[in-house]
Amino acid sequence: MDDARTPTSSAWVDRFEAALAEPVASAATVGGDRLAALRRAGRTRFRDLGFPTRRVEAWKYTSLAELADTPHLPAPVGPDGDDGVSAPPVPPPVLGAIEGAAPAARLVLVNGRVDAALSSIGPLPDGVVAGSLAAALRDTPALVADRLGAAAAIDDGALIALNTAFFDDGVVVIVPPGVELAAPVELTLIGRAGEAPLAWHPRLILAVGAGSRVTVVEHHLGGGRYFSNLVTEVAVGAGARLGHYRVQAEAAAAAHVSTITARLERDAVYETLTLSGGARVARNEVRAVVAGTGAECRLYGAYLARGRQILDNTTVIDHAVPGTRSRQVFQGAIDDQARGVFQGKVVVRPDAQKTDGYQLNRALLLSERAEIDSKPELEIFADDVKCSHGATAGEIDDSQLFYLQSRGIGRDEARGLLTRAFLGEVIAEIEDERVRAALGDLVGAWMDRP
Amino acid sequence: MLEIKTLHASVDGKDILAGVDLTIGAGEVHAIMGPNGSGKSTLAHILAGRDGYEVTGGSVTFAGQDLLALEPEERAAAGLFLAFQYPVEIPGVSNSTFLKTALNAVRRQRGEPELDAMEFLKLIRARTRRLEMSDDMLRRAVNVGFSGGEKKRNEVLQMALLEPKLAVLDETDSGLDIDALKIVADGVNALRGPDHAFLVITHYQRLLTHIVPDHVHVLVRGRIVRSGGKELADELERNGYAEFGYDEAA
Amino acid sequence: MAATVDTVDTVHAVTAQKYKYGFFTDIEVETAPKGLDEDTIRFISAKKGEPAWLLEWRLKAFRHWQGMVEPSWAKVAYDPIDYQDIHYYAAPKTKARPKSLDEVDPELLRTYEKLGIPLREQELLAGVEPTVAVDAVFDSVSVATTFKAKLEEYGVIFCSISEAVEKHPELVRKYLGSVVPYSDNYFATLNSAVFTDGSFVYVPKGVRCPMELSTYFRINAQNTGQFERTLIIADPGSYVSYLEGCTAPQRDENQLHAAVVELIAHDDAQIKYSTVQNWYPGDENGVGGIYNFVTKRGACRGRNSKISWTQVETGSAITWKYPSCILQGDGSVGEFYSVAITNNCQQADTGTKMIHIGRNTRSTIVSKGISAGRSQNTYRGLVRIQPGAEGARNYTQCDSLLIGDRCGAHTVPYIESRNRTARVEHEATTAKISEDQLFYCRQRGLGQEDAVSLIVNGFCKQVLQELPMEFAVEAQKLVGISLEGSVG
Repeated sequence: MDDARTPTSSAWVDRFEAALAEPVASAATVGGDRLAALRRAGRTRFRDLGFPTRRVEAWKYTSLAELADTPHLPAPVGPDGDDGVSAPPVPPPVLGAIEGAAPAARLVLVNGRVDAALSSIGPLPDGVVAGSLAAALRDTPALVADRLGAAAAIDDGALIALNTAFFDDGVVVIVPPGVELAAPVELTLIGRAGEAPLAWHPRLILAVGAGSRVTVVEHHLGGGRYFSNLVTEVAVGAGARLGHYRVQAEAAAAAHVSTITARLERDAVYETLTLSGGARVARNEVRAVVAGTGAECRLYGAYLARGRQILDNTTVIDHAVPGTRSRQVFQGAIDDQARGVFQGKVVVRPDAQKTDGYQLNRALLLSERAEIDSKPELEIFADDVKCSHGATAGEIDDSQLFYLQSRGIGRDEARGLLTRAFLGEVIAEIEDERVRAALGDLVGAWMDRP
Repeated sequence: MLEIKTLHASVDGKDILAGVDLTIGAGEVHAIMGPNGSGKSTLAHILAGRDGYEVTGGSVTFAGQDLLALEPEERAAAGLFLAFQYPVEIPGVSNSTFLKTALNAVRRQRGEPELDAMEFLKLIRARTRRLEMSDDMLRRAVNVGFSGGEKKRNEVLQMALLEPKLAVLDETDSGLDIDALKIVADGVNALRGPDHAFLVITHYQRLLTHIVPDHVHVLVRGRIVRSGGKELADELERNGYAEFGYDEAA
Repeated sequence: MAATVDTVDTVHAVTAQKYKYGFFTDIEVETAPKGLDEDTIRFISAKKGEPAWLLEWRLKAFRHWQGMVEPSWAKVAYDPIDYQDIHYYAAPKTKARPKSLDEVDPELLRTYEKLGIPLREQELLAGVEPTVAVDAVFDSVSVATTFKAKLEEYGVIFCSISEAVEKHPELVRKYLGSVVPYSDNYFATLNSAVFTDGSFVYVPKGVRCPMELSTYFRINAQNTGQFERTLIIADPGSYVSYLEGCTAPQRDENQLHAAVVELIAHDDAQIKYSTVQNWYPGDENGVGGIYNFVTKRGACRGRNSKISWTQVETGSAITWKYPSCILQGDGSVGEFYSVAITNNCQQADTGTKMIHIGRNTRSTIVSKGISAGRSQNTYRGLVRIQPGAEGARNYTQCDSLLIGDRCGAHTVPYIESRNRTARVEHEATTAKISEDQLFYCRQRGLGQEDAVSLIVNGFCKQVLQELPMEFAVEAQKLVGISLEGSVG
């Protein structure tokens, strides 16, 4: 194999750049010199790094080298074109369906860009912003410009650099201090592609002011061949709480890379769960800096990998100050020839005393050729800490299976039941009961899928 | 033998002891009673030399030495023993190894010859029998998996082995049923004598019917507000601490 | 907090003079000139009168090594090693290989006596069965092996690898490089090119080796690297327990130790390999100390074979070693029990690999890392379940203890399972020595040092109890000494 800097990655960028439609190119110049410089730096950085291969330690178990060889082009701008490809229907909101109540705001993105016609933004409390990033860059650049690149530094990896170079839309959710948003903000990201591979790089900004409470739900789905390279910059202010629940049900031929970079201030709580079931290869990466005493970061993930899927969950939690907590639970079921990957790193900086870090990852191997690779890592530079992690891999417990069978439940049904229960254990970690119910139903629906 | 003079102490800048005066002669049994938060356990910990307490005034002399200037292990060697309210678990270290190491460390500091394995075994067997402890408790790791009663008996065993001039019993009765309480009290009474004084710290009078004190002191808000004979304990049992301006229901 | 500071101060005060093996033996030595090229290798090979095939193998390794890059993935930092500034051969001057212990240079015997290693068979009381046979490796060569005759009665071969090359070439040729190939990794490849001596053990079918076998490694000469190679073969149904110990003089320079150990266990055979590593760790400012880059690997080739690694790592400025098991035979068992203690400026990156290939293979990993001072201590391990490893089991437990707030403890496990019937469990914890435990011990009269030693020994008990009796007591003391002056 070559080294990480593949010439094909450069070719990929050249092709993608050359094909950028004029309006997008100009949209990309909105945001002033700072943003322009950021994009240039992103481009250079990505050319240096290229699509990660397994020789890069952070990508030891998931290679994106095949993306470099796929001639992705930018998605055409505008409504359904003449390419004969139509978008999948817009699904009901993930939580709205349960609640019967409208979300505070619903933003539908098609191929990484907000579709205003499909979106609906209800009356929002004073100062709350929920809308398109491109629109915000155009209309209220001062509101967003400084937040871009605040948490997601291009040095943190090739995919962030690539997103920085090319994002042309995305979502901005800004909640000023002291606001409790009862209804969730729902983001639905739909991929619409045919046989010709497309790529997009949406950027999401979720900023929650001091003492505010917000729930954001993300639903990814689509059809065709595409590569969605999402970067989300999360800022949770002092004493604020952000619940961030994500459903990844991308098209079977899609590649999905999501990088969340989060920063938590004093006494902030950031809780996120990603339910992964879609895409050919998917990486869900969360990098959180717990930067304020009393803050707590909870990262959860449940995944169901089938066929030849590779589902990767990677986390880095950086305990930067004394007196912070983190909790991680990732559980997945892997069937057929699929592969599950978990890499979780907990860093405790010098002087970050009284850190409490817990991490668990468990994998259920459902078939003879399923595989799990995990690397739960602790990097600890302070002594007065309590950190632990556990990892297990194995098949469904025989005695449980037998117990169910002895009660008259067929073997396959019993396996389904136990698998669903296994994934449900992660969902049970979520504080919010409505979210638990909605995600539980989704897992059930996935299990029933052929 | 123990002389505490106007002892002031604080924890994290908060004053806990506000001028404690207490004198214990050789072989005497004193009880300190007081409501929660009165500073009883603080006093015990300061006597034993636990970190985290700041002595802001006063003095403590023990057998002619400035107790506060000594390291915890030097206080132990000098003959001060603290029976912990919550005995600590030490995984991987067997109880007998711990006891032997402790005994020989103390003997070494006192200039006495160390005991070899056989001598130690003989001694420990005699002591465990008296406390109705099984040999199994000696093999198990220190306090690991011990019940509340076993832990307290283990404290008394250590006391019996180290034969201190003064044993401070910090709420030794908490969490004990009546049988365990009797065994612990018997252990203490067996050691009672002109060379062994006791400072019994407790919230309730219950323990004092089994270990009858010569003197009883009432500690409220970091100060000894009243002293008397064993009848004072009964009075407190009847009337509570209300007469000292302390409403326990609050 | 105050207790911590006290302890740390005490550690500083005592560590400098605590390494009691830091003396130097003044003995006439013959060395190869500094530097490494094909001539150096020819020189070593000629010195040892090796057959042509072995020289060729060395040269092949050397040529391969020249195209390799020193690995940088471990969490250890050190100045570049100048491989041309090292003597690759240093041996005490003697006429020929001594035929019996009586012919061994008395100065050498005195050295080992000082180290507490018995090299005189006759000192045993009449009628008492010997419990340990020793092969003593001094710089680049084996200077003595005890109880060879006694072992021969059982058909057990225990000698230096140089002697084995001469007397049992067929065994050496068959197994050398069969577990760690010459191209394996940077340091193993270097070793393959320049290895000078080491121990060789062969236990024939059905034999239970009647005593512990032990090799004692001593680096003495200045500017010298030690590159020993150990090969242990256990034929079907046999058992052997092998121990190694090592020390070096206290010097301001860093010295390189790059060893290779290969173990082969056939059907129903068992090899128990124990190490107490106490190379000079450098002073409290990180000056001097041994760079310990070691490749140890065992192949459980046969059905129901078992290889057990136990290590107590307290020395070296840098430790880089991952004693591993390749579990090929159905039902084979691999074990790794490790205590790694780092103090002052030491850095250790150590762990194991358990590669499950055969059906119903089992492995257990128990790792206890203790960091103090400004040291960095990393557990790095791989558990891999291959698709054919039906019913494989692994259990891993990694515990780290931090003493003081300027050190680091890291856990980097890699877990890969490709068989659903396999069950893999991994647990890791990190904590500091509890103030409560320390105070409790001190209230009972234990000094700070003794209290730390007692608590840490308790923390390590699961591993220490795996050591042969002869080593266990020594290791317990070593745990205390290594940590003198550190607490939390």
